[in-house]
Amino acid sequence: MIRAGIIGLGKMGISHCAILGAHPDVNLVAVCDSSSLVIEAFNKHSRFKCFTDYRKMVAEMNLDCIVIASPTKFHAEMVHFALDHSLHVFCEKPFVLNPEDAEILATKAERKNLVNQVGYHNRFLGTFNEVKMLLNMQALGEVYHFSGESYGPVVLREKGSTWRSQKGQGGGCLYDYASHTINLIHYLLDKPVDVAGTQLKRIFSNDVEDAVYSSITLSNGLSGQLSVNWSDETHRKMNTQITVLGKKGKIIADATEVKIFLKEANQLLDLKKGWTIKYLTELTSNVDFYLRGEEYSSQIDHFIKCITTAETNNKSSFRTASYTDQLIAKLITDSK
Amino acid sequence: MERVLFGDNQFFGVNHSSDEKARAQTIRFQEDDAIMAVLDTAIDEGINTFMCTTHDRIGDICNRIRGNEKYKDFKIYPCMPYAHKYANAVTELGYLGTIKQFVPGNIFTTFAKGGLAFMKKDFNELARLMIDAEMKMFKGIDTPVIWVQNVITDLLLGLGMTDFLVTYYNHIKEKYQAEPGFITMNLPLLLDTLEKAGIENPTICASINKVGFRMSGGIKKYEKVISQKRCRLVAMQVLAAGAIPPKEAFEYVCSLDGVESILFGASSRANIRQSKSIIDGNSVLVHG
Repeated sequence: MIRAGIIGLGKMGISHCAILGAHPDVNLVAVCDSSSLVIEAFNKHSRFKCFTDYRKMVAEMNLDCIVIASPTKFHAEMVHFALDHSLHVFCEKPFVLNPEDAEILATKAERKNLVNQVGYHNRFLGTFNEVKMLLNMQALGEVYHFSGESYGPVVLREKGSTWRSQKGQGGGCLYDYASHTINLIHYLLDKPVDVAGTQLKRIFSNDVEDAVYSSITLSNGLSGQLSVNWSDETHRKMNTQITVLGKKGKIIADATEVKIFLKEANQLLDLKKGWTIKYLTELTSNVDFYLRGEEYSSQIDHFIKCITTAETNNKSSFRTASYTDQLIAKLITDSK
Repeated sequence: MERVLFGDNQFFGVNHSSDEKARAQTIRFQEDDAIMAVLDTAIDEGINTFMCTTHDRIGDICNRIRGNEKYKDFKIYPCMPYAHKYANAVTELGYLGTIKQFVPGNIFTTFAKGGLAFMKKDFNELARLMIDAEMKMFKGIDTPVIWVQNVITDLLLGLGMTDFLVTYYNHIKEKYQAEPGFITMNLPLLLDTLEKAGIENPTICASINKVGFRMSGGIKKYEKVISQKRCRLVAMQVLAAGAIPPKEAFEYVCSLDGVESILFGASSRANIRQSKSIIDGNSVLVHG
């Protein structure tokens, strides 16, 4: 059994907590949060040992791994501490605020041969993995353009009082929403390296942007567009969509379906001429414990499997996440 | 429970296979009249139970149904809470801000005096207050079964906070004199857990379909648990978000002795009639 602890019991931390709590290979022994309300609730109603100081938790609980789901501005310090204590680390996204820290932490984890993962759950979605397979198999021929979009209803009014609405803490649509889109573009196409014409728009927030629009160039030279808005109530929940255009056709994919248009049939991939639609139901396999989408359980399964099988080839490593952090920094600079 | 229950996903843009279809449905059902017309069709076709989430718009639907002679035999099974409402609020306002926003003002101020200290003393009382807030819109409506949504059931299950599931169970029985129901994506684990907590023969709604979609732990494990008849079971996601043709889908679920009711949603008379008649046709053999 892997002994695990969690720092941060916000929305993501609680979700990880339930998934780890039900995991057959994990013994979740401790949780840590700075909110006395939350810690009191866990103290009274859960079997986990509760802490308000994560250093104390690490010192006392003899953990194998740790999940860090605190506000982003604390990530760097906490990840350093965890690696110093030889813990395998799963850190929520975005990884860290300063891209230089991201590189240092990635190198440190690699040197110490510790499993390191960032919570970019789109990498574990059946639909996006289908897109990755199709692109690897050259289904679209030469790809000439992409567009990555995420929309959702987070900030719909002129108020808000959490760290997500404050500048310099990892709040805002860029860190919270666009990081997912950028990371997915990297996963499916290539590492994003350059940006141009960036617009960070404030819609309802005073201090942070609510929308991000930019042109992105990848290291293979491919360019495309990024369009992200978390003040869009026409979406019931966060919706991330990727569109890829190639000389042989086009793919449009989101969390629930993959739409493929081909100019000519592809017999090898068993795709007909014209449209083929594939649904999540056929692209996803069952998980042992389902909370809110297979991908949330799958990413934790992967993290635990990397620990138990001593495999450090992680699907969403610190290293890959560091490129997302670097691009976020470039978007901020470019918008000024 | 009736054999066939009518669901509400189609009304609120919930579609597990296609965000695009979901959007089209949102557009079609943006007026309450459109929802009422489909409910009337369902009633025409012999379905008298509507199982729906505590979405703000259901309040308006309740206002149309309440006291109306036409709906005197019509039952609603509320499913609480509408989770996205809370999830988005937590991102925007934090936990305390969310509680402030959703727990009714007058009730909140009674313990806001003691503030945090009061809440910390009794989280079960806070849970009961939130249940009551969700139930407000159903006043004067026949709600014989009241459900807790899978995201909450399964969250508490994973956290091992079974005592809140028991609190829910007791509060629904005592205050609303209704049957408490649990929606889950983890039927085998939930059933074991509830039995350990002393809840015998609970009412549970779970994903049950021929392709094993969202049946955590696998279809074989589910079939075994279903055949043991340890709970009153409602099957949902029977069509696996459209992956299985209706005839095949309903035949499979009707063949499972141990499934009491079947939940489905549809928007057209033709689909409602077809689904109802396939279920009825296949249920005679098993249920006599």
